[in-house]
Amino acid sequence: MAISRDDVLHVASLARLELGDDEVERLGAELNAILEAVGKVAELDLEDVPPTSHPLDVVNVLGADEPRPSLPLGDVFANAPSRDDDLFRVPPSA
Amino acid sequence: MIDTLRLTAEDALAMLDRGDVSAPELHGAYNAAIAARDAELHCYLTLVEEPNGTSIPIAVKDVIGTKGIRTTAGSRILEDYVPVYDSTVVRNCKGAGLSILGKTNTDEFAMGSSTENSAYGPTRNPWDPERVPGGSGGGSAAAVSAGLAPWALGSDTGGSIKQPASLCGNVGLRPTYGTVSRYGIVAFASSLDQVGPVTRTVRDNALLYRIISGRDPCDSTTVDVPPVELPEAEDLQGLRVGVPRELNEAEGIEPGVAEQVRRAVDLCAELGAEVDSCELPRSVAYGMPCYYLIAPAEASSNLARYDGVRYGLRVEADDFNEQTARTRNAGFGDEPKRRIMLGTYALSAGYYDAFYGQAQKVRTVIGREFAAAFERFDVLVSPTSPTVAFRLGERTASPLAMYLADVLTIPPNMAGLPGLSIPCGLSEGLPVGLQLIGPQFAENTLFRVGHVLEGALAFDPVPERLR
Repeated sequence: MAISRDDVLHVASLARLELGDDEVERLGAELNAILEAVGKVAELDLEDVPPTSHPLDVVNVLGADEPRPSLPLGDVFANAPSRDDDLFRVPPSA
Repeated sequence: MIDTLRLTAEDALAMLDRGDVSAPELHGAYNAAIAARDAELHCYLTLVEEPNGTSIPIAVKDVIGTKGIRTTAGSRILEDYVPVYDSTVVRNCKGAGLSILGKTNTDEFAMGSSTENSAYGPTRNPWDPERVPGGSGGGSAAAVSAGLAPWALGSDTGGSIKQPASLCGNVGLRPTYGTVSRYGIVAFASSLDQVGPVTRTVRDNALLYRIISGRDPCDSTTVDVPPVELPEAEDLQGLRVGVPRELNEAEGIEPGVAEQVRRAVDLCAELGAEVDSCELPRSVAYGMPCYYLIAPAEASSNLARYDGVRYGLRVEADDFNEQTARTRNAGFGDEPKRRIMLGTYALSAGYYDAFYGQAQKVRTVIGREFAAAFERFDVLVSPTSPTVAFRLGERTASPLAMYLADVLTIPPNMAGLPGLSIPCGLSEGLPVGLQLIGPQFAENTLFRVGHVLEGALAFDPVPERLR
């Protein structure tokens, strides 16, 4: 299956990436080559095989339900590009 | 006079204990070595010249968060990011008194096999500056080989500790998934990422693994870790060594690499081990495809956090969505973009089952194949990298050619297994790495085997041109 230019643009919008025209072209070609290689996984018949999402058999790790201090607000905002009092400031969304 | 090229961490600790040298003097000796050699090699992105511990120094890969010290992950999007808290591994290092020398270069977000994907320029291999040090942890591996740090922390998702250790001729451990905390690490693929030690000797590796490993309440994927033993064995009596055919005969393994690995396998038998071949029929053929679906899928999700709101680069725009998209386009380099696109595609409606879901099943198959092999063997061996260090620029034009650098390290990583790379000889004057793979939590076995082989191989880890 080949990825079209529209597919690239659709995926880029899902991923919130504003790609340049040259990037759309190049990424399309690269993704097609990579998908052809990784598409190899489809060769295997694995209907009865369960998926692995985690390499260890660890389930339901619970922490103690005790309040702990959070980061001070000065630290929370230390790297913020724009702060408005105790909020992160962003432009409106259309 | 401290010869940082020869000094092991263990020796440095002994010198400190005896009072032959002070912690600030040691830190200063590495500062001087960095000043002399790092302009050429570019191992470090940020230096901490002021001694900051009571024990020996350490270098830290720049995907590992350090309070008050810039942490870029090799990306423009984090160029000015200064963490407000320490990662657990760094807190553990500080608890042991280690003095941070600086932050080492990495492929952007640890995505790459050569450090050429770093937004700050590549690191060069101390054995031959025209060649890559491997990646993504090329900065840590090259720093240790060039005497610019006694030891270092790396992180390994598909091979980013083991492969650079192989290409630079030092010792790298990718620990069992869950033995080392990921708290405070810049996340790439969370079901695969592991922090581990990069050192000049196997005993140093065990010492550093002892410091950084252990259950961490801040990372619920961590577990209790068996006590770490410093290896002292001199032979391999009673050890069963498996040589998986597919990992040792894979297409693309250079004859010189195969020859050095064969020599090491023969040595295992001479040292008393029982050696036999075995099969991993699907793990190698399908490991790389499996990895390049799962890791980008997880990366596309993890990297969604870089939106210019709470930290990192922001490219201003009047509309929020436009600002996010512009910020991400300006801040991410080619490889993270490729992987975000690939991962987003593999997770998108209509393709999820065929790609991501199927890859997770392949992951089960790989785990089962290794489990079957470990019913017969204590350790499996193979080359770490199919090739010795390649030339800068040789693979940058083709993402797939670069991805193949990790074809032998990926399969055990998919199963959460520990892997230790030790140098086992030279081919074309460049180091060859031997990959030792164990069952989960068998780090002590890997250290024992690695230590015995290290003694028998007598590899000189100092690059010939620096001797």
